[in-house]
Amino acid sequence: MTENLKPENNDQVLESVQWAVTQKIPLDVRGQGTKLGMGRPVEADHILDLSGLSEITDYQPSELFVTANAGTPMKDIYAALDQQNQQLMFEPPDYGPLLGGAADQGTLGGLVACNIAGPRRIKAGSARDNCIGFHAVSGRGEMFKSGGKVVKNVTGFDLSKLMTGSYGTLAVMTEATLKVLPSPENTRTVLVRWAKDGDADQLNNQAMTEALVSTNEVSSAAHLPAKIAARSAVAYLNSAGGAVTALRIEGPAPSTAYRCAALKVLLSKFGEVEELHTKNSKMLWKEIADVSYLAANQERAVWRISVPPTEGAHVVQRILESAEADVMYDWAGGLVWLQIDEVDQASKDLIRGSVVQAGGHATLVRASKQLRQSDIVFQPLDPYMTGITKRVKNGFDPESILNPGRMYKGI
Amino acid sequence: MLMPKPDKGTIAKRDEIIRAMQSIVSDEGVITNKEELRAYDCDGLMAYKQVPLIVVLPESTAEVSKVLKYCFENDVKIVPRGSGTGLSGGALPLADGITLGLGKFNKVLDTDFKNRCVVTQPGVTNLAITHAVQHEGFYYAPDPSSQIACSIGGNIAENSGGVHSLKYGLTTNNVMGVEIVLMSGEVIRLGGKHLDSQGYDLLGVITGSEGLLGVITEVTVRILTAPETAKAVLLGFDTSEQAGDCVAAVIGAGIIPGGMEMMDTFAIQAAEEFVNAGYPLNVEALLIIELDGPEVEVEYLIEQVRKIAKNTGAVHVKISQSEEERLTFWSGRKAAFPAVGRLSPDYICMDGTIPRGKLSEVLREMNKLSKKYDLRVANVFHAGDGNLHPLILFDANNPGEFERAENFGSDILRLCVSVGGVLTGEHGVGIEKRDLMGEMFTEEDLKQQQRLKCAFDPNQLLNPGKVYPTLHRCAELGRMHVHKGSVKFPDLPRF
Repeated sequence: MTENLKPENNDQVLESVQWAVTQKIPLDVRGQGTKLGMGRPVEADHILDLSGLSEITDYQPSELFVTANAGTPMKDIYAALDQQNQQLMFEPPDYGPLLGGAADQGTLGGLVACNIAGPRRIKAGSARDNCIGFHAVSGRGEMFKSGGKVVKNVTGFDLSKLMTGSYGTLAVMTEATLKVLPSPENTRTVLVRWAKDGDADQLNNQAMTEALVSTNEVSSAAHLPAKIAARSAVAYLNSAGGAVTALRIEGPAPSTAYRCAALKVLLSKFGEVEELHTKNSKMLWKEIADVSYLAANQERAVWRISVPPTEGAHVVQRILESAEADVMYDWAGGLVWLQIDEVDQASKDLIRGSVVQAGGHATLVRASKQLRQSDIVFQPLDPYMTGITKRVKNGFDPESILNPGRMYKGI
Repeated sequence: MLMPKPDKGTIAKRDEIIRAMQSIVSDEGVITNKEELRAYDCDGLMAYKQVPLIVVLPESTAEVSKVLKYCFENDVKIVPRGSGTGLSGGALPLADGITLGLGKFNKVLDTDFKNRCVVTQPGVTNLAITHAVQHEGFYYAPDPSSQIACSIGGNIAENSGGVHSLKYGLTTNNVMGVEIVLMSGEVIRLGGKHLDSQGYDLLGVITGSEGLLGVITEVTVRILTAPETAKAVLLGFDTSEQAGDCVAAVIGAGIIPGGMEMMDTFAIQAAEEFVNAGYPLNVEALLIIELDGPEVEVEYLIEQVRKIAKNTGAVHVKISQSEEERLTFWSGRKAAFPAVGRLSPDYICMDGTIPRGKLSEVLREMNKLSKKYDLRVANVFHAGDGNLHPLILFDANNPGEFERAENFGSDILRLCVSVGGVLTGEHGVGIEKRDLMGEMFTEEDLKQQQRLKCAFDPNQLLNPGKVYPTLHRCAELGRMHVHKGSVKFPDLPRF
């Protein structure tokens, strides 16, 4: 029998988990369930739905933090921050359409649990760098907290980082506190328009590297091969006819104008340089954050590859030698999104083999449920890492009732 | 300060342990002589001293692994140590434990400018990383004031901050990967030159774990391009409220300075007497705000800061006109600890963090406490991120005065917690704030943290007696005590 529990306050979350512990009943812990396509399917019949815990409990703009219940819709949080001209610096992407769902959905808890971040990751970090405290109920049926509401805090182990990216397998988060910062006054983007396709070109990579090691404080660097650039809603990109490399500059207006000009001079040797202002910039970087170029063709699988930035193009080159795929690069080449027809043993070995050689990891982000049930989603851990991962899980959720199997089989 | 009772059995087999260590590391890497051991009897928290059982100085990951495996199998405690500059007693030795010094891990292994990172051994100093990359225009951003001496491994263990952390983050935001040896001798690698380590974020919990989870043997940190230029502005205010308002207004205007430091009257006067930095002496609060970046940005922002300062009541405004002047502004702040130290035989430095908006309230209460304990206190303050460093002056030769100073310090930290802050912003808990953990955490909070420790160190051999006030056995922590949830809760909404 499937039973769905929908607590409306922290005490009810505690009751739900305590009930599940004593009955040894595994729970599928979720917010709005918009990121269920990421990770492995949970091996549980009962759903613990946290969307009833929805309130911004403490937002203090001058203290630069926002605290909200785990089930709070992100769009409510964005609206509140927007009113104060503040934002989450890690620029959480909206993977709804990429994963075959609606846009503008998702909760704070889901965002933190999946530890995702947008193009500003290279400067501002990820969810893990911005979550500074939380309250939760452990898989032991106990309420606990860690961290706080101030950024500078080394009191006790930093469990906020452990919770971030644990896919709800350690504890049921009821409340989290995130850092916020003022939105930049001005945003500009320098585009390099290449004559070539630029699927896996070392020169593209070099252009991003040169931009980033300059003193122009580039906050994001992405490369869109010709086929991907053509899918952009921004005219400068979809009419480019070739690949486009994009570099983002943010800050006070006089500064962005100056840095943009300097960057154009620096990059003009690579190709034709263009400049996008605030509106087009915002549109472009949202597309890149959300990986919206790969949202179509839902039947095709999507991999997310994290490698040292200079290795991105090398890895793709090795993969494209034996397989046909659509690719795009973010994080100056360190994040590769790859859409491929099917996932079989050969293509999996090809991708993981290339990535391991470069030093990094590959995650299968979009694939059929059946495929995700196999042990393919996350890169396998070595025996020592498996050991410590199991022991950490055991310390928080010894009966394995919270999202069992979501990350690894048996954990 | 009570430390766990030394185990007589371990002390009795000291010779056997020494022989085992000599079979793993080179002969001069095992220190057993009482005189030489004394050099390791404390860290930066010098009020507490303890000569270790022995000191072992390994040179490779393999040696660390063998040492830990031996200790794991023979139930011997380990205290890891970097440069010994920590201020909370995290590297205080144990009479029945080996102090494991990482000083021989002193090589920078790889400077990778294209991927903007450095791979280094943990004993390399914080400043040496910047020295290794500055010829290409890069630097390592976190800058604890001990950066000339403190090791990067120690920085990771403590999650060190510094003046720059407001804009560029703490150590945890700048570490990309580590190699660590677990107590069992197992070696694991977390993260690397790529972003987002896979699986649970163990890198995140290792950072700031104060040597309780593993021994760091290799580090990958990110490096940044040095800003084109930097300028500082010196601001004096008649009241600390006004200075606090100025800080809030700067941040409210969307400006995140490279550094934003505050000093109170006592600290200003001590610093000025010591180094002649040109500080105004007739103000209650001094702010140093530094802007860095491209010149055009710095000029633009410094003008904005000047206007904000005027609007919030600054009575003294001075903008640095040269690099030399900028450094002079900072010289007083950087010398604040020794400057205050000159005025008193002894002092202790506290490290709470508070919400920025509570500053004047906390300073007022602190002055009341100063009267109550009849001890002077000077304040330097990372104003941008609310990290307070009250320096309590005392004379250890006067009976009872050290205890009074410690109690005063504890009350200050309680005050920080009561206004929504925390016990320690960057110095760590160590032994210094161990017994105050209950002010901030419930018993269940602390037990859950210790269960994480059990996953790494089931026999609690790594740095025991630090951070957590009560040592629970892992078996006890693992037991389940769930209240009988046999009734299904009638008022729980289902759908």
